[in-house]
Amino acid sequence: MNHTRLIIAREYLTQVKNKKFIIITLSIPFLIVGLGLFISFLSNVNSDSIKNITVVDNSGIFENSLLSTDTVKFSFLENLDEEEAKMISQDKNDDALIFIPSVMDIKNIDYVELSKSIKLISEDSPSLTLISSIESKLEKILTDLNYTSSGLDLETIKESKIYINLVQVSFEGEESTKIDGILKMGFGFLLGMLLYMFVFIYGSMILRSVLEEKTSRIIEIIISSVKPTQLMMGKIVGTSLVAFTQIFIWTALTLVVSTLVSSIFGVSTSELNSLDVSDAQVNSGIQTFFSALFNLPLLNIFIAFVFFFISGLFLYGSLFAAVGAAVDSETDANQFMFPLSMPLIIGLYVGIFTVSEDPSGTIPTIFSHIPFTSPIVMMMRIPYGVPIYEQLISLSILVATFFAIVWFAAKIYRVGILMYGQKPSYKDLYKWLKY
Amino acid sequence: MDNLLSIDSVSKHFGDYKALNNVSVDIPKGSIFGLLGPNGAGKTTLIRIINQISIPDTGKVIFKGENLSQKHIRNIGYLPEERGLYKSMKVGEQALYLAQLKGMSRVDAKKQLKYWFDKFQIGEWWDKKIVELSKGMAQKVQFIVTVLHKPSLLIFDEPFSGFDPINANIIKDEILKLRDDGSTVIFSTHRMESVEELCDHIALIHKSNKVLDGNLNDIKRQYKTNTFEVGLVCSEQRVIKQLINAKFNSVDASFKSLGKELKLNITLEPNQTSNELLNFLSSNAEVNHFMEVVPSANDIFIQTINNQK
Repeated sequence: MNHTRLIIAREYLTQVKNKKFIIITLSIPFLIVGLGLFISFLSNVNSDSIKNITVVDNSGIFENSLLSTDTVKFSFLENLDEEEAKMISQDKNDDALIFIPSVMDIKNIDYVELSKSIKLISEDSPSLTLISSIESKLEKILTDLNYTSSGLDLETIKESKIYINLVQVSFEGEESTKIDGILKMGFGFLLGMLLYMFVFIYGSMILRSVLEEKTSRIIEIIISSVKPTQLMMGKIVGTSLVAFTQIFIWTALTLVVSTLVSSIFGVSTSELNSLDVSDAQVNSGIQTFFSALFNLPLLNIFIAFVFFFISGLFLYGSLFAAVGAAVDSETDANQFMFPLSMPLIIGLYVGIFTVSEDPSGTIPTIFSHIPFTSPIVMMMRIPYGVPIYEQLISLSILVATFFAIVWFAAKIYRVGILMYGQKPSYKDLYKWLKY
Repeated sequence: MDNLLSIDSVSKHFGDYKALNNVSVDIPKGSIFGLLGPNGAGKTTLIRIINQISIPDTGKVIFKGENLSQKHIRNIGYLPEERGLYKSMKVGEQALYLAQLKGMSRVDAKKQLKYWFDKFQIGEWWDKKIVELSKGMAQKVQFIVTVLHKPSLLIFDEPFSGFDPINANIIKDEILKLRDDGSTVIFSTHRMESVEELCDHIALIHKSNKVLDGNLNDIKRQYKTNTFEVGLVCSEQRVIKQLINAKFNSVDASFKSLGKELKLNITLEPNQTSNELLNFLSSNAEVNHFMEVVPSANDIFIQTINNQK
């Protein structure tokens, strides 16, 4: 046992002290936060530019009701025909021109007719958001006017208006909303992808580490001191610890950096609060986002991630170790890498295409129990809520398979590390199992 | 004599291939034991069995009177033929790691390493990586790692390969010193001159079978043919030759000498003695060279292998 500890420590320290590892581990969180900043900067730049719009209001209805906002500035002109209006607008180099024709009878306006005759004229077509924002402004003004002219009381209408936001409740009594679904899907994808990535990256790291000992021929000295199985397990555990370290540093550093950045640049909730009008919606959106986030079975996700992550990494790690031992070079490893990575890829695709449709459907349920795909598919399902007993069954299958695979991998490893100069076939591998 | 290690009827298969066939070898305590054999004879397999890298199919290995087991690992030091160290790990760190795997404590390992690094004057390599060292330098590090934990059994597979003559000599002296300090050495090599120089016991393995083993001098005695190499200074070489041939079996010989004497290899019959021969020769000519032909390890090796064919 003491030996295994030494091996784990060496494996861990050499990889953690590796310059490449340090650079990648420390830079990725900054990259993520940087990218986030960049995107928010871009969208800020975009929205910062104020659209200048000339409104030729021959009806005289809109001047006091169509108000400029932070992003759209309306300037009003009257008594111009369409051609004159166009010329003036072009001279002013406006972003767009709204032309409202004059009305016949100021006392008795047909708002429906008027609404049909309003035109938006521009050189290049304005953005959809701009158009819909103008449309909704005009709509509101005309509707209100139309109500009033029909003798309806605006106040009464406002008070009578009913807003619906369906409250979704599960049978366990947990409340959820639409944003929950999106969040669950996003979380599931994130976890599944993370598992997929780490199994691949750290699996090949184990492979390379085995191969290094083989090609540098130090292997014979090591296994004259320790059992090959000890060495293999030490490698797998040591490398998995490196993976944990990386995930831990990434999470912690991303949190720290994003907190720092938001406090320096002031991109925080306080700014969101200072925005007006529809920002009440934004605020409540953030609130629902957080309440949805905390609605997720976070503790379950966390614990399940740790266990499925370890088991998945160990399972694939031992297979990758066996491949590393069987071959002489990384190029030779490819022929065995492909069949090994197939289940991972299948798991990812099954997860992406079936889980969000029906998380407890037959296919996701089956694939979240098959040991080679279960770490990924199960992690994608868990945010939607999977009964604990199902998780435990899946995990038990995974762990049992891991032990079987380790036995099998250790046999190949034991023989393979001392075999040089031949590219083994599957038949050879089968023979080695019996040595 | 006590045996440190007894290999008792060991066989090992790899699939259909029989790597060792019922091999028994005793390795006396305190000896330098030459494990000889052509390439692919099964030496490495036997060494791996002693190192518990492979497990024999049948037979057993007795170490210090007990069945060989994991606890004996720290009593064995092994220098494989294919040398190797972690290329990008620092020398000191690496040596410490390997020593700890052999069961040494970190403190103890550090102390011993300092001793050996000082002895070989390589203290400044401690923080270098193996890739920065020459092949010979790496070999030295590897030798230190092998002997560091003071094992009672040392196994060297071609220990001198990769060393220049000066360093090979240093290593040879160290091996002898380790033997004098009580270690037993198994020495696998193709270089017969180093067998001649170092080994007191040998075993010869050929095609998975042991074909010869024992004390090197006993074996030589067994293989000698009672042949004597003689040099005779005389004027009538042909007459003398006829005279000798009447009584003894002789063939022309060649060896380096200063004069142009008659050179012969004379083989005695079982009833003839060397004194008889010497008296006969000295009464007929002037003897300036008289030496028993003792087979070299090289001769024995080649002869035994050829006899097997």
